[in-house]
Amino acid sequence: MKEKEIDNSKGISGWIDKRLPVFTFINHNLRDYPTPKNLNYFWNFGSLAGITLVIMIITGILLAMQYTANTEIAFDSVERIMRDVNNGWLLRYIHMNGASMFFIIVYIHMFRGLYYGSYKYPREILWMLGVVILLLMMATAFMGYVLPWGQMSFWGATVITNLFSAFPIIGDYIVTFLWGGFSVDNPTLTRFFVLHYLLPFAIVGVVALHLVALHQFGSNNPTGIDVKSEGDTIPFHPYYTVKDYLGLGVYLIVFAFLVFFAPNFLGHPDNYIPANPLQTPAHIVPEWYFLPFYAILRAVPDKLLGVLLMFAAVMVLFFLPWLDKHKIRSANFRPFYKQFYWLFFIDCIVLGWVGAMPAEGIYVLISRIATLYYFGFFLVIMPLLSKFEKTTELPSSISAAVISDKFDNKEPSTSESYVK
Amino acid sequence: MLSRPLNFFLCFFFLFTLPNSLTIKAATSKIELIEQNWPFNGIFGRFDKASLQRGFKVYSEVCSACHGLRHLSYRDLAGIGYSNDEIKVIAGEYEIIDGPNDEGEMFTRDAKMSDKFVGPYENDKVARLANNGAYPPDLSLIVKARAGGADYIYSLLNGYKDFPENFEAGEGMYYNEYYPGNQIAMPPQIEDDIVEFDDGTTASNVQIARDITSFLAWTAEPELERRKSLGVKTLFFLVLITIMLLGVKRKVWKNLD
Repeated sequence: MKEKEIDNSKGISGWIDKRLPVFTFINHNLRDYPTPKNLNYFWNFGSLAGITLVIMIITGILLAMQYTANTEIAFDSVERIMRDVNNGWLLRYIHMNGASMFFIIVYIHMFRGLYYGSYKYPREILWMLGVVILLLMMATAFMGYVLPWGQMSFWGATVITNLFSAFPIIGDYIVTFLWGGFSVDNPTLTRFFVLHYLLPFAIVGVVALHLVALHQFGSNNPTGIDVKSEGDTIPFHPYYTVKDYLGLGVYLIVFAFLVFFAPNFLGHPDNYIPANPLQTPAHIVPEWYFLPFYAILRAVPDKLLGVLLMFAAVMVLFFLPWLDKHKIRSANFRPFYKQFYWLFFIDCIVLGWVGAMPAEGIYVLISRIATLYYFGFFLVIMPLLSKFEKTTELPSSISAAVISDKFDNKEPSTSESYVK
Repeated sequence: MLSRPLNFFLCFFFLFTLPNSLTIKAATSKIELIEQNWPFNGIFGRFDKASLQRGFKVYSEVCSACHGLRHLSYRDLAGIGYSNDEIKVIAGEYEIIDGPNDEGEMFTRDAKMSDKFVGPYENDKVARLANNGAYPPDLSLIVKARAGGADYIYSLLNGYKDFPENFEAGEGMYYNEYYPGNQIAMPPQIEDDIVEFDDGTTASNVQIARDITSFLAWTAEPELERRKSLGVKTLFFLVLITIMLLGVKRKVWKNLD
């Protein structure tokens, strides 16, 4: 696809573009940007994540104008937002549920990358930047949950920061350093607020790098085959802009339903009780998006080992491009990987489920088996499959795949009409 | 084409998020709550103003002896249908400490519409001292702060029973089927005709429990009606525009065939 040159001899936009090539940039990256023509709806989740980040930053800034980071009045200041600030309840519910939506979107985005091998050559750094974004998101979300200073805020913060005390010698020092004192208290809250405000902008920065890395080689696609000719691609606009808009519409319906009709469905009722350091809740549970990692933490009887495994569960993602060295990207052509992949997907759901259950009896056993598979998938199955797995026949090009797809799709419909 | 990723998205959503709400339910009560068909449930849910006003009367005459509503101002009562003049009268029945005045003295004055609800105790210590060591929680958010919400509060109010045999009861405690651990420091409060309703509704204990629970659902979520009506409009708009986008998308992509 040949790019349309911007004529910078004419008009105001031309004048600006000659001096600051914004229009050329937009044209290059959002309009003519050649994109594989066979992307399915799983490729919507990148732009959805970006939009969610913007929603979170806008609502977050507006909330920060009303919120007070002080243990004495933090809880009340949130309630004031809910009751007395114009549409404050809407802002807060969007922000609160937006965090959950952000994780859902990003997790699906990652599972998509895992299925279609989007982390493989030449997109290793693109994938690693994504993992950095995930880590930053986790830190941001965790600190954000502390801000309303409810019971779960306080006790969640206490439990999670205490994990660092598992490290020998320096552990206690780290914890004191994080708290800014000898317990979770006002200094902890103020620094968490500052960092919660700061980190999203760091995320924006890494997202920019993520996009630069993406546009270096363009999107992967469901076949995992490289773009071979111009015929394999279509311009981003209007095809993928309209497809992204449609995806956004569906996404916002789900998001809005949550915000307006079940705003506290994903939250914990205890967080509407003001923090009380003298009263421990019966069950301290993290937010749902941390549950799989929480399950891994609790699967191990040793505290230090549990903490290390939990961190390793995220860190292992950095090494994915070197653990799975199979030349074929897409699981569609890897019959064995495909099965282990879906087992891994179920495994993550199981981990999330046991993470929400009390750590006793059968749940401990389940969490151990699930943890074993989690790491086994990355550290044993992936390297072995890269060596031994034979793939099914690949289409010769993206265009060939699209044409045969259409052919396949038409077959059943004609046979159906014969039946009638 | 749209359906597979969408199904995936929704399955993922529920699979990942359901355990959370399940545990909360499992952790708090082993006994089924009495489920009520609240008018504020559901997408088109609205409060029953008359019930809220009756509930407010129950709160003022019964609950407010021990429980505060510190997140509410008297002016908020406009939300359950009181006029400004009525609210001024209601607020005027309470006294608050203000000051210091120009002489540097603290003084008491009648509460105004803009004041927060006056609590029953000066501080937590006094509250505990007066209640056998137990602290009567503030009720502003109680419906949101308990798993089961309004149904839990309603069940709790109706859940008082005699102690079963062999139950080791603490001093001055009461047995309640729905309270975690079954021992509650609050004595049963609701009985027939403990209040007299201005609108002539029979003040049966079930009616009183229903009205006070509705009132507390309102104090926890005074924005509920606006939220739900805005939600219906927003969803209507989003569904409409999404259907239109589906048409646009199909038309644009037809060019490729």
